[in-house]
Amino acid sequence: MNEKYSMRDPTAETAAAMRERVAPPEDLSKATIGLMSISKERSHEFLDTLEARLAGRGLAVLRFAKPTHTKPAPENVLADIVERCDVAVVALAD
Amino acid sequence: MELLAIVKRECETCQLVGPVLAELKKRGRLELWSQDDPAFPEVAGGSRDDRSLEASWRNKVEIVPTLIRIEGGREVDRAEGWVRADWERVTGVAGLGASLPAFKPGCGSRSLEPGMPERLALRFGDLKLASRAIMVDPMDDPIEVAYDRGWSDGLPVVPPTDLRIARMLAGTTRKPGEALGLIPPNLAECTVEKAAVNAVLAGCRPEYFPVVLATIEAALKPEFSMHGLLATLWFSGPVIIVNGPVARRIGMNSGGNALGQGNRANATIGRALQLLIRNVGGGRPQEIDRAVLGNPGKYTFCFAEDESDPAWIPLNVARGHARGASTVTLFHGDGVQGVADQKSREPESLARSLAMALCAVGHPKLAETSNAILVLSPDHYAIFRQAGWGRPEIEAALREALKRPGRDLVAGAQGVGEGIDPARAEETVDKFRPGGLLVVRAGGEGGLMSAIIGGWIAQRRHTEVQIVSQEVKS
Repeated sequence: MNEKYSMRDPTAETAAAMRERVAPPEDLSKATIGLMSISKERSHEFLDTLEARLAGRGLAVLRFAKPTHTKPAPENVLADIVERCDVAVVALAD
Repeated sequence: MELLAIVKRECETCQLVGPVLAELKKRGRLELWSQDDPAFPEVAGGSRDDRSLEASWRNKVEIVPTLIRIEGGREVDRAEGWVRADWERVTGVAGLGASLPAFKPGCGSRSLEPGMPERLALRFGDLKLASRAIMVDPMDDPIEVAYDRGWSDGLPVVPPTDLRIARMLAGTTRKPGEALGLIPPNLAECTVEKAAVNAVLAGCRPEYFPVVLATIEAALKPEFSMHGLLATLWFSGPVIIVNGPVARRIGMNSGGNALGQGNRANATIGRALQLLIRNVGGGRPQEIDRAVLGNPGKYTFCFAEDESDPAWIPLNVARGHARGASTVTLFHGDGVQGVADQKSREPESLARSLAMALCAVGHPKLAETSNAILVLSPDHYAIFRQAGWGRPEIEAALREALKRPGRDLVAGAQGVGEGIDPARAEETVDKFRPGGLLVVRAGGEGGLMSAIIGGWIAQRRHTEVQIVSQEVKS
């Protein structure tokens, strides 16, 4: 088998390089925390509880939602979170 | 004026015309090529070497011998095989091969041997593949390399070599660079070429490729919500139903074991879509695919409808396509639930019986939540058919039998917490929304049984999650 054997990449050929995760902040007291609902039923109950507990500790919380869990979050929702929050919690509820 | 001739030693007609070629060569007007042996024809002092078949491919030779007249660098006339009158016309020389019969048909050109056109197109033609080349070490097994790179659904894939991709692309008239859309979840652009690479991986034949392309186009319609179907906790994956002449043309199974294994087209078309979502879209189990359990149909779930009875209205016609159109219909489906009814002999009884089983889709106490496919077997269909019932009568009877009193279904009723909104207790409630139950004919004879394929519970969001159809183009 001297002949070179080659195949074509079936993937989207996006960069395979690993990205380092952003280190979590040492202190949340000055951070704005974003809570995003993926809009499944009852997710608001879970996020309401979470918001109450975080607010009870004096932390700043903002709420976000994508219109439907069946589709990816629209760019404007993601951009809003990036612009206004330091930390985000994306939660699944069922 | 110049003459160009292409021959091969293996061809008896080429051997026959040797003296004619020698005479034309002596007149100094002939460029002679041989596809298999440059020493041939000896009588003409041999020929140029076209064992690479480049000259044959560039001149679109289908038959040997082929004689071409060129004027001003362009072909103006051609003769195939040996027809004296044609050769005299092309050369302008009277009385050619006087001792030969007037006519002898030629042989097939080596450039048209199976697989050769695609090989030559890759080597000499315009086809340039854009996908990244992955070199495989001679010591490696290409199938293992594909596993290592994460291209597989768990089963072996066919290594996507340039030649296999070129053959797949020959199955469509569409250009390799044409964009099909953005594949979820990563919303990565997918070209016809990328679809071909994944169709090769899946094991498709080139003639299946137009069906694969239609399947991808259907899955990318926003109302199908492929992203959500991939990401759901629920069991569902795409179920593909093929209608129209293409199903017969590519040998799909709509008969015995239609929902099972054993037919290449059924198996690989569904697999091609799932591999594309995995590889181009980046949708993988336990990552964005959050299925709690999944189902075996997520490897592949594709079958054709049995359209052998002209009285039956096929699914695609019922959904608004022209009779005779080839289409794919995509449904968000789970596994197969069998329904046995061996005692009903009247259509009304059988419709009520099938409706009882359909009520269990999603949950017996839920309504207008999941959709469903009812796959009617030939023996169950025969009971309807003998009573003069077709699709409209069957669907109407099912719809009637699928109405239930809300009080039996509300949350908490029958000692079960699951159920519909208590405010609907006084309503009569339909199990499915209009258009949410697809009745399809398939299967082999010999059993009074049918199948239910339950749907994704997110189908309750009926404006966002819809069953889709797409016509198959060439």
